Order: sequence, then structure tokens, then C-alpha cells
Amino acid sequence: MRVALFATCLVDTVVPQVARATAALLERLGHEVVVPSGQACCGQMHVNTGYRREAVPIVANHLRAFAGAEAIVSPSGSCVASIHHQQAMVLRRAGEHALADEAEALAARTYELSQFLVDVLGVTDVGAYYPHRVTYHPTCHSLRLLKVGDRPLQLLRAVRGLELVELPGAESCCGFGGTFSVKNADTSTAMLTDKMANVLSTHAEVCTAGDASCLMHIGGGLSRLRSGTRTVHLAEILASTEDAVTPHQTTRPAVTA
Amino acid sequence: MTTTPEDLRTDQTPLAPGAPRSGTTFLGLPTAPRGVGHLRGDRSFPDAARDALRDGQLRANLGHATTTIRGKRARVVAELPDWAQLRAAGSALKTATMARLDEHLEELERQVTARGGTVHWARDAAEANRIVTELVQATGSDEVVKVKSMATQEIGLNEALEAAGITAHETDLAELIVQLGDDKPSHILVPAIHKNRAEIREIFLRTMPQFQGEGADRDLPDEPRRLAMAARAHLRERFLRARVAISGANFAVAETGTLAVVESEGNGRMCLTLPETLITVMGIEKLVPTWRDLEVFLQLLPRSSTGERMNPYTSTWAGVTPGDGPQDFHLVLLDNGRTAVLADEVGRQALHCIRCSACLNVCPVYERTGGHSYGSVYPGPIGAILSPQLTGVEDNASLPYASSLCGACYDVCPVAIDIPSVLVHLRAEHVEAQEKPTAESVAFRALATAMSHPRLWRLAQRAASLGRLLSRGKPTMPNALPFPASAWTRSRDLPTPPAETFTSQWAREHGGRK
Ligand code: SF4
Repeated sequence: MRVALFATCLVDTVVPQVARATAALLERLGHEVVVPSGQACCGQMHVNTGYRREAVPIVANHLRAFAGAEAIVSPSGSCVASIHHQQAMVLRRAGEHALADEAEALAARTYELSQFLVDVLGVTDVGAYYPHRVTYHPTCHSLRLLKVGDRPLQLLRAVRGLELVELPGAESCCGFGGTFSVKNADTSTAMLTDKMANVLSTHAEVCTAGDASCLMHIGGGLSRLRSGTRTVHLAEILASTEDAVTPHQTTRPAVTA
Repeated sequence: MTTTPEDLRTDQTPLAPGAPRSGTTFLGLPTAPRGVGHLRGDRSFPDAARDALRDGQLRANLGHATTTIRGKRARVVAELPDWAQLRAAGSALKTATMARLDEHLEELERQVTARGGTVHWARDAAEANRIVTELVQATGSDEVVKVKSMATQEIGLNEALEAAGITAHETDLAELIVQLGDDKPSHILVPAIHKNRAEIREIFLRTMPQFQGEGADRDLPDEPRRLAMAARAHLRERFLRARVAISGANFAVAETGTLAVVESEGNGRMCLTLPETLITVMGIEKLVPTWRDLEVFLQLLPRSSTGERMNPYTSTWAGVTPGDGPQDFHLVLLDNGRTAVLADEVGRQALHCIRCSACLNVCPVYERTGGHSYGSVYPGPIGAILSPQLTGVEDNASLPYASSLCGACYDVCPVAIDIPSVLVHLRAEHVEAQEKPTAESVAFRALATAMSHPRLWRLAQRAASLGRLLSRGKPTMPNALPFPASAWTRSRDLPTPPAETFTSQWAREHGGRK
């Protein structure tokens, strides 16, 4: 299948290795990956912060960039949720009904990575090898808006060498919430503190998730604590094989709990 | 037996012709007035939350209480195989009712009047307080007993009565604790949730007459049963003496003029039956069209709120019955901003709320900051959307942002109020109402321009990557960064963007291929 990759603004700019891993994984599974060059952002951050009018041209750009794509995959539950739940709504409110119809059609072809792998490609064993103790944080938008369910866990359970440990309080929010982490920094920190305590209680080396933003938040906190536990995106774990380990494993020492 | 949405009359579509709210335009309807009632705090949410977050006892009390009730709720909800249908029925009933609110309210008035009650319409808090005060004064009584009621808290009725020389005694145990402790409620259902039993014991010993004076027995253990017994002794004498009672209402049935209060302790039953005069203050959104509709809500409410299969006391009454119960009944229908909420097609679903408090109990923000941080009598997720709508967004501008949009409130709401979407909608209303550009709006607008022009966007990304030079490649950006980065780096390291973005590397490696 020919798959268009939506890297998302955050992944593209800050953690490009996540998009590289997504592309590598899809190619390894025998699919052709294209990366539409005009892509920028889904508009979520603007909508969620109250800049819904400003989000209109951002969404329009997204629709232009992916107009020809048959299937679009993104390593971000939160952005895919926004594509599914916010884009058409914002356009309709602005009176852009033709564009809104387009957005709905595009949303129907847009998938979060774990949903694409399990539901569209029908694979749970992607042939990955990752010899680490890992805990999984479900992230709110993947869990509640997109309802990815246990798809990421099915994928992780099939990874060779991986020891999966359950995260206590997994379903509670990490406190990121986009601009919430800045506008309500103290409350966000209190939520993060509890999330980190739960992560550390698992003695996992790695906390993974399907959203780069939540991982940046949790990882930023863990790094400040000098805890040794790190965050790694689900795509990076799934892309790792015995021959090609993802870069973070070679550049960072393994942690013994 | 469950009512399904299909059972609902199909002619009751939302926004039926002739309904008083008219679609998308704001009609300039009055919001709740300033200077009366408890819908506005005097500090912004982040400011008030900062103090609450430092209170370890508060956080422990709240964390314990909400965890317990979350578990209980989840268990009893899981017992019902048709919970999803019930929830859809509740939501559909509310939508249909709101579409013809005017007709149902008039029907309610006719029915209440036909059964010997008197209906008063109060445009706002000040008017409602004046009506109730005059009604109490007309009885010659200088004290009233009260059933726990959000509406009377909202309008600040106790303070208004006090100003007129009338003492209001709260009879709900948690309300009593709050009243005796000279405190404010911090939860819709459990107003004293922020207090533990040792603190409650202290309040009782300090304020209850039975523990005062020479020879009084001051032996009161902080055991829940003994605390409840002390409150019972304290209240019993007030119930028997009371000539006037004031209640709220959980529901009003338009077709029969019936009012309903559900409660756990029996204090409500005492207030509703013993006094000679009963005054009920009810928000205009609380009604349901038919008696049969109650069956849906009486299943949804107790399971969502207290985690019980059924609430211990359900009291219903219609008008007056000679020789039985109160002989004089008044119903005060309160607007106080509700018509303004109804006029907003996205926000009006906040009026569907049955005040079960389930959204508070699952909210990670409420769990850590407590109810007082929200400033209004309506805390938590529902408060974050209801209060700013009742007062106008500008008077509660920080509340729509008091959420990480995690969505747990929407999942749990028994009438499926999409709280996250309303929060986002109110944020936009706030942003769009700002007349002058702010640092934030300038940044967001610039970013929007870049994000809708691929070439500009690549330049912006390049600038972000250059930011790494400033931090000299260290993973931690300096703490001295300006806002908003400083708010982030107080507790988190900020990742440094790498030299090249994914898309540019991909384009370089894959040549012209898109
Ligand atoms: S918004 Fe929903 S969950 Fe929250 S109190 Fe109201 S009915 Fe209950």
C-alpha cells in the first residue's frame, strides 16, 4: 500500500526520529511511504487554545497537502483525534462547508499508527526486537477520543525481548494538555509528579506511548529528576529490530533498576 | 425497563420552531448579575490553585475520597447492561426538553397552580433572594431549615436571609459541616469533601451547643457513626421547631407539577414534610416533560453520584394536600443567566447537567486543586463550563482553561455532556471577545500564518532548530527563558530541536519524490 505519512509539527521539528521510525517500520512491512512536502500542522493547538478562526487556514493547508493521499498515517493519537473530531467542526463554524466535507473525507482515510497496523494491515507482530523493560502510558486522546484500546499493547506484547510492565494509574492524565502545561503550570506539574511516581514504581527502563507530546512532557520531567528512566515513542520500539536498533539505544546507556 | 431515544416523541427536535432561543446568534440575554451570589471567585484559577496545591492535607483528603467514589461508581455502572442506552436516553431527553423549555415551564406553572401552589419567576439572583425573603417574612418566622440546594448557594440566599434577620439552618450533614465551619462548599455532592473526620470532629466540638457549657460531655470520637449521631441530635430539635423550609429540586415534572428531591440522609424528607410553609428554588433547566422521564434519571443519578443502585430517599410532592405536609407551597423558577446559556448552541448542553458530580470525581485537575480554586459554587469540569456561561466568559475567564482536556469528564457524564468541546468553545469565545492583541494572540496568529504557508513554516522550523545553538546543544534550556518557556522549564527539561527536521531530511534523501 502507498501510505502518506503525517509527521505532525511537533515530531517533524523536535523529535524527527519518531517519524523516521514510523517510515522505516511501514517500509519494512512492505509498504511504500510518501511524505507530502507541504504538510505542517493539524491545527489542534490553535483550536484547543481558543484560536479557532486562526486554525482555519492551518486546516486548509493540511487538506491541500494530503489531498491526493489514499491512506494517511500519523504517529500521534492526539493529532489524529483532532483531524477526526475538530477539523470539520472548525471549518463548518467558519462557513467553509465544502472544505468541511473534504476534511471529513480526509479524516476517514487518516489513521493513528497502532490503529493502522492492527485494523488496516491486520498485523500485531511487526517483527520487532527490543530487549528492555517497558511500561505503556495510554495518553488521553488516544484512549478516549480515538479509542485505540489495547492495540498498542497487542503490538508491544508481540515484540521480542520486551518485558511489558503494567503502569499503575495508567488512565490518568499526565498533565500536559498543550497550553494547559503553561497556563496552569503548577497543576500540570502536580499531575506530572504523580504520573512519574507511577512510572518509576514499575522500575521500567522505558515509558512508551503513542503521542510525542505527552512523552515530551513525561520525559522532560524524568530528565529533570535525573531518574534514568526515559521515554521512547511506540513507533521507535516497533521499528527496532535485531539488526537495526533505534539510535537512542546506542547513544544512551541502558539503565539497571 | 429503560426508555430508549426511539421512545421519545419524534416531534421534539432540538430548536423546534417557536422555541425561545434562536440558533446561533447571541441574543444579548442577561447573565447572572455581579455583586450577588457565588458564581465568581475573586482570584483566577491558576492563582487559587497554587495555594490549594501546597495544602498536603487537602490533596490527601481529596485523593482518598475521589478514588473511593470512582471505584464505587465504576462497579455499579458496570452492573447495568443497558447503561449506554440509558445514557443516550438521558441525553436525548434533555435535548428534547431544552428545545421546548418555554412550553414545559408554562405547563409546570399551570400544574403547580392547579394543585394549590404558587409559582414565582425570578430573572436573577437578586430577584430570587427578594422573593424568598418576602415569603419568609410573611410567615413571621425568623428562621428556616434548608435542604441542600445548589440553586440557593448559587444566589447566596443564606446571606440575603441573614441580612433580613432570618437564620437559615442547613440540614444536610456535609452542608452543616461547611456552615458550622464557616467554610464554603467544595464539591457538588459532598460539599465538605475537603475535610477529614478529625477536622469535622473539631468543628462540631467548637460549634454545637450540646458540647458547650459546664458539664457538657465533650467525649466525641471521630468515628463517622458518632459524628452523624451528634449532627442528628443537633438537627432534630431544629426540624421539630421549623415552620418554614427551603429546598432545591432535582427534578420537576411538567405534566403533573411534581417536584422531586433525592437524598441519602432523610433530612430532606424531614424538611419537606414537617414545616407549614415550603419554598422551593429551582433553576429553570431542571424540569422533565413527563413523569415517565423520571425513570431514566432516577437510574442514572444515584449510580453516577454516590455509586449506589438507588438513593435512599426520593421525595416527590405536588402543590399542597390539606392536612398533610406543608400547607403553603411556593416554587421560585430561577433564570440567573440560564436563558443566555440556552442561546448558545454549543454551550447549552451544560444545562443538561443533573448535578451528579461524577465529572468532579474523575477530574485530575479537581482532584489536585479542590473545589475552592474554581471560585464558583459549581466546581470541577461542569463548573468550568457552567459558571463562565452563567456570568459571561469575561467574569470567569480562567475557568475554561482549567482543564487538560483529558476527556475523562465526558466519558463519565451520565447525560453525555461533551465538556471538553464546550471548554474549547468557551476558550474561543474568550479569545474572540478580546479587543486588544495580547502577546499570546500575536504569537498564535504568527504561528498560524507560518503553519498555513509551507515555505514560511520551513523557515520557522529552521529558526526553532537554530534555537539549539542558543542552548549550546545542552539538553536543558536555561531556566531564565522568558514566559511561556519558563513555566515549562520550572519542572521539566525542554528537548532541543535537532539540526534538521524530518521532512527536510526526507526530501533530501528522496530527491524530488513527494
Ligand atoms: S456534567 Fe455530567 S458528570 Fe458532571 S455533574 Fe453534571 S451530569 Fe454529572
